[in-house]
Amino acid sequence: MPRPLSPHLQIYRLPLTALLSITHRITGVALVMGWLVTVAVVVAVAGDGTAYEAIQDFLTGTLGQAFLLLWLLALFLHLCHGVRHLLWDVLLGFDRERLNRDSVIELAAALGLALSTWLWLG
Amino acid sequence: MVQFTLPPGSKVEPGKTWPRPEGAEEILTVRVYRFDPESGANPRLDIFPVDRRRCGKMVLDLLFHIKNEIDSSLAFRRSCREGVCGSCAMNIDGRNTLACIKPLAELGDTVTIHPLPHLPVIRDLVVDMTHFYAQYAAIQPWLKAVTPEPADRERLQSPEERERLDGLYDCILCACCSTACPSYWWNGDRYLGPAVLLQAYRWIADSRDEATGERLDDLEDPFKLYRCHTIMNCTDTCPKGLNPARAIAAIKRLLAERTL
Repeated sequence: MPRPLSPHLQIYRLPLTALLSITHRITGVALVMGWLVTVAVVVAVAGDGTAYEAIQDFLTGTLGQAFLLLWLLALFLHLCHGVRHLLWDVLLGFDRERLNRDSVIELAAALGLALSTWLWLG
Repeated sequence: MVQFTLPPGSKVEPGKTWPRPEGAEEILTVRVYRFDPESGANPRLDIFPVDRRRCGKMVLDLLFHIKNEIDSSLAFRRSCREGVCGSCAMNIDGRNTLACIKPLAELGDTVTIHPLPHLPVIRDLVVDMTHFYAQYAAIQPWLKAVTPEPADRERLQSPEERERLDGLYDCILCACCSTACPSYWWNGDRYLGPAVLLQAYRWIADSRDEATGERLDDLEDPFKLYRCHTIMNCTDTCPKGLNPARAIAAIKRLLAERTL
C-alpha cells in the first residue's frame, strides 16, 4: 500500500512573510495584465478619436476607476516587497524579531503610497 | 508539477471521537492525525478529550498521556524530551515545532497535531525522512581539506572563526524548517531545502574547510539553491531559533561575489 502524503497547505498556518511572498507573485502577474490596458490606450490613441473615447469612458467609470486603484495598489505592494528583497540580498532584515514588524511596515508603506498617489493624481 | 491539493488516498477523513474522561473538571480537546498502513483506509483525524490536570506540561507529555491512558496504538517518534534530538518534530496548531519543548500553556483549549507537512506517512505521526537524509548526505557534511593535519595538534581556529559557526552547528536536523517551506513542498525532489542548505553553509563558513569553491560550484543550480524565494517560513518556525533563510542568502551572496 502506498504511503499517504501528509497535509501541507491545507493545515499550515502561514506567517505574514509567506502571505506577502504570494502577494508579490500575484501582484507581479496583475501588473503585467495592467500593461495590456496601457497598450490598448496607446493603440486607441494611434487610431481615431472614437476608440480613445471608448477607453476613456471605461477608465473614468466605476469599474475602470476600481481597476486603476487596484493596479496602483499592486504596483506599490510589488515595489515595497521588491525593496525588501533587495535588503535581504545584502543580508539585512533577517532577524526573527523583525520579520513581522517589517512586514507590517511594508504593508503600511504600500497602502500609504498607493492612497497618496491616488489622491495626488486626483 | 505543483499540486496544491492532497492526492485521493491522502485526504484526511473524520476519525473516532473518544469518550470524555470521567471526573474531569477541565477538558483539553486534542485532534490527532492517524494513519494505519494495515487498514487500507485513508488517514483520519481522531478527537481525544483529555483531562487537562492529568496531561502534563508539554505537547509530548500530552501525546504520552494519550498513548498510555487512552489509545496505545498511537505512534510518534521521540527520544531526548528536551529539544536536542529533533525526533518529535511535528505540526502543532499549524506550525512545525518540537512537541517536547512546546508548552501546552501556549496553546488553546483545542490542539491539532499533524505529522510534518508534505512527507510520506509511515504511521500516525511517523514520517519517512529518507529523502531528507539523502539530501543531507549529498552536500558532503564533513571537513574537507587537502592540507595535512598538523602532527601535534588539531586544526586550530581563532575565537572569531569559531564564532562564525554559531547558529549553524546548533541545527539538529529535525526538518521543521524544510517541511514548512512551500518551495520544498512543490520542488522537494530537487530543491535541497532550508535545513540542508544551512548545513551546506555551515561547511562553507568553516575556516578549516578547504573545499569552499567546490561546495559553491555544487550549489549553483536553479533548483538545489535558487528555489528559495525568501518566503521565511523556515526562520519563522525553527524551534531552535536558528536562521536558515539568512544562511541561504549568505550562500547566494558568496555566489554573486564570485562572479564580480
